[in-house]
Formats: sequence, C-alpha cells, structure tokens
Amino acid sequence: MRERARDQGGPGTLTDELVVPDVDPSTLAGEPLAELAARYHLRASSARSGPLSYARQLWERRHFILGFATARNIAMYTEARLGQLWQVLTPLLNAAVYYLIFGVILGTNRGVPNFIGFLITGIFIFNFTQRACITTSRVMPDSLPLIRALPFPRACLPIGYVIIELEQLGMALIVLTVIVLGTGEPLTWYWLLAIPVLLLQSVFNIGMGLFLARLGAGADDFSQLIPFLVRTWMYTSGVMYSIQTISTLRHHPTISYLLQINPAAVYITLVRNAILETQRVAAPGSKPFNARLCDLYYHSKQVNLSAYCHATITTSQLWMFAAAWAVVALVAGFFFFWEAETRYGRG
Amino acid sequence: MAVANGTRVNGTQATAAETSDTDPDDTDLDDTEPAGPVPIVVVDDLHVVYRVYGAGGDKGTAATALMRVIKRQRRPSIREVHAIRGISFVANHGDAVGIIGRNGSGKSTLLQAIAGLLPPEQGCVYSSGQAALLGVNAALLDDLTGERNVVLGCLAMGMTPQEVKERFQSIVDFSGVGSFIDYPMRTYSSGMAQRLRFSIASAKNHEILMIDEALATGDANFRAKSHDRIVQMRKEAGTVFLVAHNLTEIEASCNRVIWLEKGKIMRQGYDVPAIVDAYLVATGGEPRKRDKPADNEHDATG
Repeated sequence: MRERARDQGGPGTLTDELVVPDVDPSTLAGEPLAELAARYHLRASSARSGPLSYARQLWERRHFILGFATARNIAMYTEARLGQLWQVLTPLLNAAVYYLIFGVILGTNRGVPNFIGFLITGIFIFNFTQRACITTSRVMPDSLPLIRALPFPRACLPIGYVIIELEQLGMALIVLTVIVLGTGEPLTWYWLLAIPVLLLQSVFNIGMGLFLARLGAGADDFSQLIPFLVRTWMYTSGVMYSIQTISTLRHHPTISYLLQINPAAVYITLVRNAILETQRVAAPGSKPFNARLCDLYYHSKQVNLSAYCHATITTSQLWMFAAAWAVVALVAGFFFFWEAETRYGRG
Repeated sequence: MAVANGTRVNGTQATAAETSDTDPDDTDLDDTEPAGPVPIVVVDDLHVVYRVYGAGGDKGTAATALMRVIKRQRRPSIREVHAIRGISFVANHGDAVGIIGRNGSGKSTLLQAIAGLLPPEQGCVYSSGQAALLGVNAALLDDLTGERNVVLGCLAMGMTPQEVKERFQSIVDFSGVGSFIDYPMRTYSSGMAQRLRFSIASAKNHEILMIDEALATGDANFRAKSHDRIVQMRKEAGTVFLVAHNLTEIEASCNRVIWLEKGKIMRQGYDVPAIVDAYLVATGGEPRKRDKPADNEHDATG
C-alpha cells in the first residue's frame, strides 16, 4: 500500500507506455469552441479590460491601495527595537550625514545662501522620488505570491509603494521643517506652495512607478541597474549645488536649461523657493537684470547678488513644467503598465 | 462523455440558462451531468510554453557570463518547457473539476493558464470572470498579522471596508487559527497559513475558484469544513477546479475529473471513480476499494 501511494505522485515506469489520445477540439461541442464561448459572453483570459474600465477598477480598490501602503509601512520596522521611531530617525540621520560631509568637512556653500537648508531640502525631496523609483522597480517580482493568489488590478501595487514613500515623506517633512526653521528661515505663507508641488511630485512618482514596475517585472538586470541610474540622476539634479548659479554652467545655457527642466530639479527648486526665503530672494531673475552685479556674483562670494543675473527659467515656467511632467509621466506610465496587465503573474 | 455533453449544450442552448436557474444543481456527487450546462470556462486547444531561468549548463561565474555576451549566445540556462500541449474542454456552471496526473503532467500550469497568469502560446482560454487561484505558495504578506492579511485580502478582492468588517469574524472563525490571528503570518505553521488563505479566498463568491493542493496540509477537521465549503460554492455560483494528489479528496469533492498526462488530456468525464481507478492502474497501483469508508492515510502523498 505504501508503495502504491508513492507511485501516484512520482513518475512511474509504467506510464511511459501510456498513449495519450489526441482530442479534436471540434468534437467537444457541435460548433467551434470560440463560437460557443462567444455565445455565452465568455472573455478570453488573455484579453485585458479597456483603459477606462481599468482606471475605474483601480479607483474601486482605493481602500486596498491605502490599506496595503499603511500595513507595509507598519511592517517595515516591526523587527526593529525602536519600531516606528525609525520613520523619524532615518531622515534625521540622513540629514546628519550630509551636514557632516558638506557642512563640516567640506565647509563650502558653493555660492548658495543657507546651504544647509538648501541641501537638506534637496536631499529629502529627491529621496521621495529616488525611493519610489527603486522600490517600484522591485514591486512586481517581490509581490509575485500575492499576484498569483488574488485577482486585482496589478497597478495597485506600484501605486501602493509610492503611497508608502509619501507616508514616509510626511515624517521627513516634519524633520525638515524643524531643521529649516532652525537655520533661521522665517515661517511664511509661501510655505503653503510646497503642498501643490508635493502633490504634483507624487503624481509624477506614480507615473514613474508604473513605468518602472513594468520594466522591473521582466529581466532582473533592470532592477540591478536602477540604483546607479537614480544616483546619476541625483548628481545632475542640483541636490548638492545650485544649477542656476554654479559658475561652471555659466557659459553653457543649453545644458543649464536642460538640467533645470528635469523633473527632479523642477520639484526641488519649487519646494526650496517655497520654504527657503534666502533662496527666493537670491534666485536669478528675482531682481532686475544688472550685468555688473551679476558679474560680481561670479567673482566674489556675495551670494545674494545672484538675484541680479538672468534666470534661465522663470518661476511660472517651473510650475508649468511641474504640472506637465506629472501629467506626462502619469499618462505614459499608466498606458505602459496597463498594456502588460495580464502578463505580470508570469514572473 | 464530453462529446455527449457537448451535443446537449448545442441542443438545449435556448433553455440552458433558465434550466439552471429553476432546477438547482444536484449536490449528489455521483451525479453524471448537471441539468442545463452553462459553460463557465472554455479551453480551446491550449498550448503553454514557459521559460525556465537558472536551469543547469552554466558554470555561473562572471567570466562565463561575459564570454556569453561577447559571443552573443543565449543564456544556456534559459530553457523552454512545453508544459501544455493542446488541451480542450468545457467546464460548466456548477462543475467541480478534479485534475489528476503525475508530477509534471501540467496540472498547476493548466490552472495558472485558466487564471490568465500564464499567457497561452497557442489557443485560448475563455472564462466568465476572473478566476481566483489558491496555490501552495500563495503566501499573502508574511510580515503582516493574520488580521491585516484578512482585511487586505478582502479589499484586494474588491470588497468594501464595510463588507470586510461584517465578514471578518466569520473568516477568522472558519480558518480556526484562533489567537494566532494577531501574530505575523510568518510565524504560522504551513497548515495554519493555508487554512487562513483558503478562508480569505472563499469568503467571496468567485465564479471560478481554483485550488492547487491548497488543502494538502490542513488537518482532518479543516478538510471536512473546506469540503463543505467547496460543495456550497458549487451550489451558489460557479466552477471549482481542484488539483490534488489525494484521490479521496478528489472523489469526495468533485463531480468530474480530468486526467492529465504529458500536457495532454488522457481521459476526462463525469464518472469519477472509473477514471480514478484507471489512473491508479496506469500508475502501477490497483483499483480503490470503495465498500469501506475512505481512508486518507493510503493516499496522502501531498
């Protein structure tokens, strides 16, 4: 009896002699199976719903997306003794490291007023996009068991991961506020402008996340590469220096322009202008152009004189780019992700 | 059997829907055919080929990988497996279809293809709705407590928060994990985790529920409960597919069986005991004795 039990599951020798009959599909029903399926309004499982109905399904799962994000956020630190305190400690330590390197060791302001506030703001805002990019590029392979267990629109997962990072950003913003006020910046109505910027950035991140999630669902090579791509992006986005006023870019207006319209730089600059008064008043173009004072800026260390230079890009243009990037990323990311909807379970 | 069934579909097409409404499905498991067949899943000449990464044939060092890129060779470790080689069948409303076959005969692949997780290489699967697939490895979120898994699982299936609140207690009670519901799921035994997953997935009426060995590690009590739940699901809505090496479970829960061999259908039909016996004989066993009560021990291979 024991022998027999094993044979049921294991490859026996006898079965190799089995002749598997070929069944002609047309004999199963009195008509082609496709017509039978059509008559009973059955859908091909490889067909996906249209983009509009897919978006509606996503909206119906909004509670799942939020619940998923919150639960993941809580689970993230369950193994740590300090628990949720890490949500605050992580950005704080981040800020401390950059302050140590750029504020104390290098001791340079690179022609930027309130460099510490400038730097920490840049780090935190870029970190939101950076973390969103890295985690969403891993979300599909990481969630494969969930994808294979339950039917739901798969875009819930990358969107949920961006929401996780948004919740983390919330904590970081509290730390940021304390630091920025500590550097002597005044609390003004301009601070409210940071809210629409962060909303646009979140929309942009969701679009990027959808895009990267599909790329990361395929070959693993991509998710190995993404941290390097994101780091390169950080160094070109003016996180640690001001693209507008750095002297090396003074005679390369095209490069300067391209660097400044890149989405990360746009969102960072807008948040800086909102919460850092020193940035607002020293931003190129904030005072009438004066060639002599502008020249003086590049030759002296008088940081506020940068206000007398030409702005490569004005504030209203920045807002336009902020909205445009968000819309373009969301639409492109949505369609790109949706196109492969039925294939994510493949692994 | 299948041919006769098919012709009947054709003959009664006008009244098919009404018949199934007015005449509820017979729960007698030895019933040969449902009264008015309404197709829920139509599998039309399905072929599935999938690629396996990391198969042997590579030393696995960076140097060999570089040489391969330079010589523009494909990775030798990627191999194609032609898992399903032309399967066609029609599963009707109220069917509980048992799928049997040796390891590697394509049972799990067939379920994944029906669920739309593996795209077909050729042919097509038509179904009336999204299928829910419960597999052996279908972990939910291991780091989260059982409670959060229940809530998230239900929300993912499209329930409203209100519905989740209403059904939460019955899901937990059915799973029988008790006070462990407050613990992270990674601390669960495999049986407990499977019980909870089954409870979550069966909390909603899926039109198509597919269970891939998901009940293998449940204890006797839970098997009895889940058997009742499967019968109830068959009555209420759709179609259940069950993959199991435990033939007792197949005979107890299914009214129809498909025997797969090398990615093709060897035999299929509504005469479950006969096909199970033929399968046992073909794999070197002997026909099951059914005069005494079914005994799990002899068949439990997992």
